[in-house]
Amino acid sequence: MGKKEKDERFRKFGTVSFTGTTRVNDFIDHLEQGKVTGTRCKSCGNTFFPPRADCWACRSSEMEWFDVQGTGRLVTFSTLAFGPKGFEGDLPYTIALVDFGAYKVFGRIADGIVESDLSIGMALAAKANPLADGRINYVFHKQ
Amino acid sequence: MNDVAIIGAGQSTFVRYYPGSVRELAFEGFSDALGHAGIAAADIDASVVCSAPEYDLQRSPAGVFAEYLGLNPGPTFYVETLCSSGSTGLKLAYSLIKSGLHDVVAVVGFQKMSEISSAETQERMGRGADIQWESPFGTMMPAYYAMYARAHMNAYGTAPEDLAAIRVKASTYGQLNDRAVYRKAVTADMFTDPDNMMSGSVASPLRVGDCCANADGSSCIIVASAERAKSLCDKPVWIRGIGSSSAPVNLAGRDLFTGLAVAREAAGQAYKMAGIGPKDVDVAEVHDCFTIAEMMAYEDLGFAGPGEGRDLINGKETYLNGSIPVNVDGGLLSKGHPIGATGGSQIRTIVLQLRGEAGEIQVPDASVGLVHNIGGVGLYGNVTILGR
Repeated sequence: MGKKEKDERFRKFGTVSFTGTTRVNDFIDHLEQGKVTGTRCKSCGNTFFPPRADCWACRSSEMEWFDVQGTGRLVTFSTLAFGPKGFEGDLPYTIALVDFGAYKVFGRIADGIVESDLSIGMALAAKANPLADGRINYVFHKQ
Repeated sequence: MNDVAIIGAGQSTFVRYYPGSVRELAFEGFSDALGHAGIAAADIDASVVCSAPEYDLQRSPAGVFAEYLGLNPGPTFYVETLCSSGSTGLKLAYSLIKSGLHDVVAVVGFQKMSEISSAETQERMGRGADIQWESPFGTMMPAYYAMYARAHMNAYGTAPEDLAAIRVKASTYGQLNDRAVYRKAVTADMFTDPDNMMSGSVASPLRVGDCCANADGSSCIIVASAERAKSLCDKPVWIRGIGSSSAPVNLAGRDLFTGLAVAREAAGQAYKMAGIGPKDVDVAEVHDCFTIAEMMAYEDLGFAGPGEGRDLINGKETYLNGSIPVNVDGGLLSKGHPIGATGGSQIRTIVLQLRGEAGEIQVPDASVGLVHNIGGVGLYGNVTILGR
């Protein structure tokens, strides 16, 4: 009898992941299928990004996935000249928060978009972004 | 309401590298506070130890310190709310005394950050945010606060030079503080001189000069019941208001980016409990881990209206001779920021002010002081109001 393998799909998330597993590991599969997804509570309809396995409002754990579609508005951003350990090779890079109305999404601006191209309020879309060595995250693109 | 008092406050000198172990570092702040209170370790019946984990390898430091500081067999507790651990420790001490469980409690804060590299420190700090959904993008504290700075600039026209003015003020007083890490003068020109280190970008729009430095240090606040305070101390400083709050860790869960919701909530609680408003505060210590943090504190605490923080600093209203002196000990920007020791150091400065013991930085006749201490990027907010 072999040991049951641990589902550690979330290890693939981002340049360095600090979380091995989560009950929303399917988020990684969706990214690999080219979709950025959040969860919606089947009981009360609350929408969550980042996706949650459990609804804080009604305590239900019955969730359905939805796609982060269309564009949101850039709320704020910063370009890093220094990075934490493990991210040195990515520098410089820009982190950002984008407001999609019912939810906001924290992430990175796509490589190649420089700071002077950015302004608060501009429209950005979130897209899955494969990285080296089978890793994956999502980044914001101009439409 | 005079029911819980601070009867002594101390801190070590904050340094880039402390040549000793964490228990020895804690001993320095603790001894300074005992000397200030004029009491012995035997007078203390419980202790609260405050730090943020993983900068040194000691697990459960409270038990280790209780022995080293001579506090056995008294009970000891460890509390942590990142950079606001010291204020949370004060709240726990207040509760222990107010409940009648203990009469004299020592709140010991410490952090030895020099045992790991700067990049490792940034990684640890970044993990004080959302490790599941944010850290994999390469976040770090300056970048989070930079996002608030960008939003504040966009909303109100706050300029990089307004933020630099806060650092210039900090250095004015940091030069006078012999327990501060950074004691050199900082001028506005340094921020625009490309050859000056201060002008280098860290996380846009924040520059090196906008950021406080890591440090090693310890602090200690000794808290007592009214009865014990009156018998042990000639100049008790009373805890008049204590507010604390939490907010969503992921920025995606927040709605406010021009101020910190936790600071506004905690300030409201503290003002209400003390029965005062911002205009009644004579001197304040605010959590200036970054210049933008002090700018937002002006507005979150009601010292200035939304977007008017820059008028306060440019009018020098937060200088020693201004209408509301803020961080006249040099702030975190000058003193350095040994996470778990920071809140205690802020409280100490206000205690000295209210006892008339602040020397060159004394605000004349200060009778009400405020401490604003933030953990993480507005993850935890603590506002404490003290009075004579």
